[in-house]
Amino acid sequence: MIRFLLKGILRDRARSLFPLLTVTLGVFLTVGFYCYLKGAIDAIIESNANFQTGHLKVTTRAYLKESDQLPNDAALMGIEPLLERLRKEFPGTAWVARIRFGGLLDVPDEKGETRTQGPVVGTAADLFSPGSREPERLDLAKGLVRGRLPQKPGEILVSDELAGKLGLEPGAKATLLSTSMNGAMGMANFIVAGTVRFGFQALDRLGLIVDLADAQSALDMADAAGEVLGFLEGTPYKQETVDVMVAAFNKRYKNEADEFVPVMVTLRDQNALGSILDAYDSATGVILAIFIGAMSLVLWNAGLIGNLKRFGEIGVRLAIGESHGHVYRTMIAESLLVGVLGTFAGTAIGLALSYYLQVHGIDISSLVTNFAILFPTILHSRVTPFAFVVGFVPGLLATFLGAVIAGRGIYKRRTSQLFKELET
Amino acid sequence: MTLIAAFVSSWFLLVSSVAPAQPQAPSPDAILVRVDLNAISGTKVILSEMVIHSRRDTRSVKAKSWIQGADKAFTEYLDPPREKGTKMLKLGDQLWMYSPSTDRTISISGHMLRQSVMGSDLSYEDMMEDRKLRDAYEAKVIDEESLLERPCWVLELVAKSDDVSYYSRKVWVDKDRYVLLREDRFAKSGKLLKTLEVKSVVRVRDHWIPNVLVFRDVLKQGNGTEFRVESVEFDVAIPDYVFTKASLRK
Repeated sequence: MIRFLLKGILRDRARSLFPLLTVTLGVFLTVGFYCYLKGAIDAIIESNANFQTGHLKVTTRAYLKESDQLPNDAALMGIEPLLERLRKEFPGTAWVARIRFGGLLDVPDEKGETRTQGPVVGTAADLFSPGSREPERLDLAKGLVRGRLPQKPGEILVSDELAGKLGLEPGAKATLLSTSMNGAMGMANFIVAGTVRFGFQALDRLGLIVDLADAQSALDMADAAGEVLGFLEGTPYKQETVDVMVAAFNKRYKNEADEFVPVMVTLRDQNALGSILDAYDSATGVILAIFIGAMSLVLWNAGLIGNLKRFGEIGVRLAIGESHGHVYRTMIAESLLVGVLGTFAGTAIGLALSYYLQVHGIDISSLVTNFAILFPTILHSRVTPFAFVVGFVPGLLATFLGAVIAGRGIYKRRTSQLFKELET
Repeated sequence: MTLIAAFVSSWFLLVSSVAPAQPQAPSPDAILVRVDLNAISGTKVILSEMVIHSRRDTRSVKAKSWIQGADKAFTEYLDPPREKGTKMLKLGDQLWMYSPSTDRTISISGHMLRQSVMGSDLSYEDMMEDRKLRDAYEAKVIDEESLLERPCWVLELVAKSDDVSYYSRKVWVDKDRYVLLREDRFAKSGKLLKTLEVKSVVRVRDHWIPNVLVFRDVLKQGNGTEFRVESVEFDVAIPDYVFTKASLRK
């Protein structure tokens, strides 16, 4: 039966080509959008996690409350014992201390007087400890534009754009002016080891990377840090996993009123990422629904046209004794076959394009100005196992719905009038 | 603490010990003229301590300041060790800071002026204020109250132009000594930004000076900054080179 229908579809292109193209296009768009959104959301999660939020973050309640102001006067103190405890209690997670700060980079002239100044947003991470994965998380080697990575204390990286504005070359001296943990002005001299491109507009304009110990010294933060970030090792970010860890950690401080006790939060709780992740889930559903709805309408229409074209064929089939139900069912089966063929074709094209975008990416830097979160300027699609099957939902459902709706006309044909209809 | 010195200078309402109490309330402008006249002395050297009650702890910073008039001040920080050797120089509307750890002299300007001085409730902008109140504000007497058991006029000051740090102020002026005993500083919106309370006033030679003040940045969490004058010398000969940028690195 299926072979018979398949032969009909392949040999009579007039009745199958348009629905096939419709399904192929719809599935291609569905797969393409899915992979693009998946790539975008994964990139947002990973870049925000690596640079700012971690998969988990421990800070003080006071710091968390004003975290957009980077309030290092409310930073965590006694970092080493805290890190030790976190590593012991949550061994599957890498815990690292970070300091983020705002300030000015002052570039001296040959007399030591201020030649130029520019605002910076600094990130301090452990760059030099043996085995530290922080340079890798911050993707420093890949983003290096000029010079080299810092190799010893007192060396920093600045964003290539900022270096250009301030006229800084690798090897140049610059003084960081920032606010110490006590609220006083913290000053420290650094050598610019190199310049980097982070791939995020906010950091590319003002970014500065400094070793954690150097920042602690400059900002009077001995054994203190604004944040401790946790990165799940060997497993992707899963909300259920991190929620359990957060509940276990925060339980012991539940009854303490002190605003400087540590508190753990998840990636979702920061930078409005929760609503972005929710929006992504909704967007995926909405896109599938739109394609199913739109394709169903188109296929309904295609079915109606097809039924008109096949008016005679259906009449003959009914006239020679084929039941309405059987004709209806074979039409649906036929459309499902078209759906399967179109889905395979659309999925193949969609995956091919997505794979291309996974490798090469799309530069969207002109669209991502002034984002509150770190938003990558080059987005890569992400081909996942689900992308291989996601197209089957709209591909089959739409053809099925289209055939079901359009095929109802079969039941309106009266056997008694068939010969009369066929004569005309 | 150049800036602190300048700030204190504005609070040193130097009044002759024989100055009689005013039998009748002078006009608001006359009060401000007296305040302004008394705020600026010739030269002085001040040893002071700032006790900063931040949201987390309390720390103190000691400094020595050399002040000439209202627009020249040089301050060297003495303690704590981390701040020791840090120097500030104020010349008119310019301000420089020298940090021994970086061996750099940095000009403090623009939005940096709004930063806190050593983590205190005072900003560099507060310290830079050297305009006479009479020139910057329109005044009117709105009340009479007693503070520190001293009869005071309560004046409301509204800025004549926009180039002032605070749009309006409410000040309590000692009727006899012309010392400001309390001040509330407001934004144009009417929001209270900073308060200053004098806790004690002492007489040094012929001058009445507030020697313990509490400055509070209302927008900042913490319990204010206590400013204590440990010693003050008037009419000291200060060499000119002190008020030069070269002296910062000495």
